[in-house]
Amino acid sequence: MSLIMVLYYVISAYIAAMVIWNFLREKKNANDMILYLLILMPLVLRILRIK
Amino acid sequence: MSREWRIKSALIVIALVASILGGVPLYRHRHYRTPVVAGPGVTKVIKLSEFVPSLKGTMADADVFILEGKEPGGKVLVMANTHANEPAGLLATIIMIENAVVEKGTLILIPEFNNSGSLNTKPGDGYPLYYDIPTEWGRVRFRMGNRDASPLDQWPDPDVYIHYPDKKLFSYLDVRNTNRTWPGRPNGAVMERVTYAAMQMMRRDKVDIAIDMHGAETMFPVTNCIVAPDKSAKIATLTAMTVKAMEGFDNHVEGSPSGFHGLSHREIGDFSETLPFLLEAPIPFLDQPTGPKTVKLLLDGKDPFLLSLSKKKKLFVSYDENGWPMEKRVGQHCSVSLEIIRQYSKKNPDKAIRIQGIPRYAEIVKNGVGHYFHDPRKADPKSVYHE
Repeated sequence: MSLIMVLYYVISAYIAAMVIWNFLREKKNANDMILYLLILMPLVLRILRIK
Repeated sequence: MSREWRIKSALIVIALVASILGGVPLYRHRHYRTPVVAGPGVTKVIKLSEFVPSLKGTMADADVFILEGKEPGGKVLVMANTHANEPAGLLATIIMIENAVVEKGTLILIPEFNNSGSLNTKPGDGYPLYYDIPTEWGRVRFRMGNRDASPLDQWPDPDVYIHYPDKKLFSYLDVRNTNRTWPGRPNGAVMERVTYAAMQMMRRDKVDIAIDMHGAETMFPVTNCIVAPDKSAKIATLTAMTVKAMEGFDNHVEGSPSGFHGLSHREIGDFSETLPFLLEAPIPFLDQPTGPKTVKLLLDGKDPFLLSLSKKKKLFVSYDENGWPMEKRVGQHCSVSLEIIRQYSKKNPDKAIRIQGIPRYAEIVKNGVGHYFHDPRKADPKSVYHE
């Protein structure tokens, strides 16, 4: 795996962590919670090397 | 549990279920392999990474089947699945691997040239993950791949792909398209290394002919044809005329544009002594104005919208109620390849190539593609490869 590809996985993991953090911080707005999870799914599938 | 966490828990469960339901079929598709029985003519199987070691262990590495005749002669390379969503070439090369016997010269076959692309899919276009080819002993399941390599194997894409060596600008996607990365380079992106490995093989082993099998939309002008640069044009023309006269199907010749770089029919000829030919068979499945992208459409090529367009003369091939079945496309690839080899051999008797056992167009149309596949359960396990 090339260095730039490794860096992109690191960036993906960082963004996923930020999305999870924002999801956990959200208290009331269910629409935002759904949006955070929708954004999270492709990131998780990429980090797990599924898609 | 607070209301907030009841909502969050429910959403997490829904997201997990959606990820698992979506992810598991994609994971299984990427790891599914089709058994292929190496026939009596296969004398050696090597890897593409033999020519570029950095490909070893990656999903971009590919099997190279070599069939050597008893008599020395010319060498022909046949590549399929350069675009893994154009499967007629793959099926034609598997027929060759399982049945061909070379008497003179050498036949080199790469059934999954863009191996990574064959492990990719295009859910946004509604591609099926698999298709089955019926045989007398059961069904053989193949992965339906994508035009481009998987981003799991080559990522990220650039904003603009700058072709090496002539610096022509392409769409960012074409950096994963092995028909835009010729002639490649040893330290470039993964797909550039794949094409470079093939170039090295052609240069090192002095391959005389390279045939790259594709499929093209019926609405695309460069379809149902042989694309050839000037150096291959004479053989391509004789081939087109002969298959029309002797086997009754059209396959005209298109010139390879000298300024359109990155394509096999251009760069193989420019960067080696090899004569390149790119074969295009019509594939209605890839046309945009069709019904659902089903396995049936992939295999029989029948579509009412294309039929309507054909009546309005909007297609570049003849099209009727019979569609464009897979048997016709695979048969064309086999017959045109055999005819290119025959025409080359006539012009170069000292480098002639003689091959037996590959069926021609009429036989494949009559018997079906699966008729020529062998049951891996009855084969010597050492001769079964997983593609």
